[in-house]
Amino acid sequence: MGALGHYLEREGVATAQISLIREQTAAIKPSRALWVPFMLGRPFGSPNEADFQRRVLRSLLALFEKKSGPVLEDFPEDAPDAASADSGFACPVSFAAAKTGAGGLAQALRDEVAQLAPWYDLARKRRGRTTVGVFGATVDDAVNHVLAYLDDAPVLPVVAGMSAGVAVKRACDDVKAYYFEAAAAQPGNLAAKAIDQWFWNDTAAARAFLAIREFCKQSSDESLKPLVKLSLIPRAVIDRVDSAGRG
Amino acid sequence: MARLSDLPEFERQHHLDKIRDLPDFGATPFVPGPPLRERRVAIITTSGVHVRGDRPFPPGAADYRVIPGDTPHADLIMSHSSVNFDRSGFQEDVNVVFPLDRLRELQAEGVVGSVSDYHYAFMGAAPVRALEAKARELAALLKKDKVDAVLLTPV
Repeated sequence: MGALGHYLEREGVATAQISLIREQTAAIKPSRALWVPFMLGRPFGSPNEADFQRRVLRSLLALFEKKSGPVLEDFPEDAPDAASADSGFACPVSFAAAKTGAGGLAQALRDEVAQLAPWYDLARKRRGRTTVGVFGATVDDAVNHVLAYLDDAPVLPVVAGMSAGVAVKRACDDVKAYYFEAAAAQPGNLAAKAIDQWFWNDTAAARAFLAIREFCKQSSDESLKPLVKLSLIPRAVIDRVDSAGRG
Repeated sequence: MARLSDLPEFERQHHLDKIRDLPDFGATPFVPGPPLRERRVAIITTSGVHVRGDRPFPPGAADYRVIPGDTPHADLIMSHSSVNFDRSGFQEDVNVVFPLDRLRELQAEGVVGSVSDYHYAFMGAAPVRALEAKARELAALLKKDKVDAVLLTPV
């Protein structure tokens, strides 16, 4: 982000940027920056908080009134939902039956997707949108792609114009978006960290992603290698899983 | 939440390593301009947001996508390669990442002069040096559009 500011200003375009990691911005010294104490992924604070978002934006725009720089100011408020978004209370969605059912991981994933369907539909209706669609038109395309990796001897599904690594990464992102959007539609479940913990601790989808990661480790397909350390599983989960493996 | 001191050790180290690996950008350029109420504003996000149907960002992508200002929220999706930031906020409300509605509201109040018809997105996981060529290209387009205030927003 800071680099873009330098490049644009060198070309004569004035910039002001949001900083999420203050130390990085301080090191890059862009012309104008506003550090905000919000979670990564939420540069304007909280969803559906228009007044708060406007205050952040006003503070950012005000940096254009400065006569010289570099300027790095701190936004003084925490996000309105900071306490709840960061809290890790358990998500009430339970997939205990799916975990123990016959048919293994693939069937458990199918069952979960089916269980979540009414909540995903509700989320889509309520929000008027979905962020599923990076891999295919519907989540079914993505789920089928993920399922192909769960066979005993997977044959890599071929998608025109995509490497195996890019295709499975996008399919997993769509599956995850489907789960997150569905979970958020359930009563009282908008807390970001709770949904995240539920997904990575309690779902067959997460176990499928971890199985794909293991497949990537063994595969000779170079496009799958980056998924072992990046792009598929968050660092926090990899750290936990690998630590447990070493233990 | 994004204070380094609040992050787990492995996460803190990741961000500190990124600082260590930064190139030296030299002196900070600072482009002056007219009062804010006269400025024309565009948003550049590095969130990997783009219009549904546009090419998703592949890993390491250093190019940009155009987000026309009249794009419905329903047509905005995200193909960032990182899985280490929250996406639930964007799923709930586009403006938490791409605050075009808020910017238009401030324009209506006279806080800024005008809002560009075009906005842009990069995918922030690209190596910083790789962004330079496209940033220069984009700067020329922004100047042609008379944009004199660019908001850079990460995730």
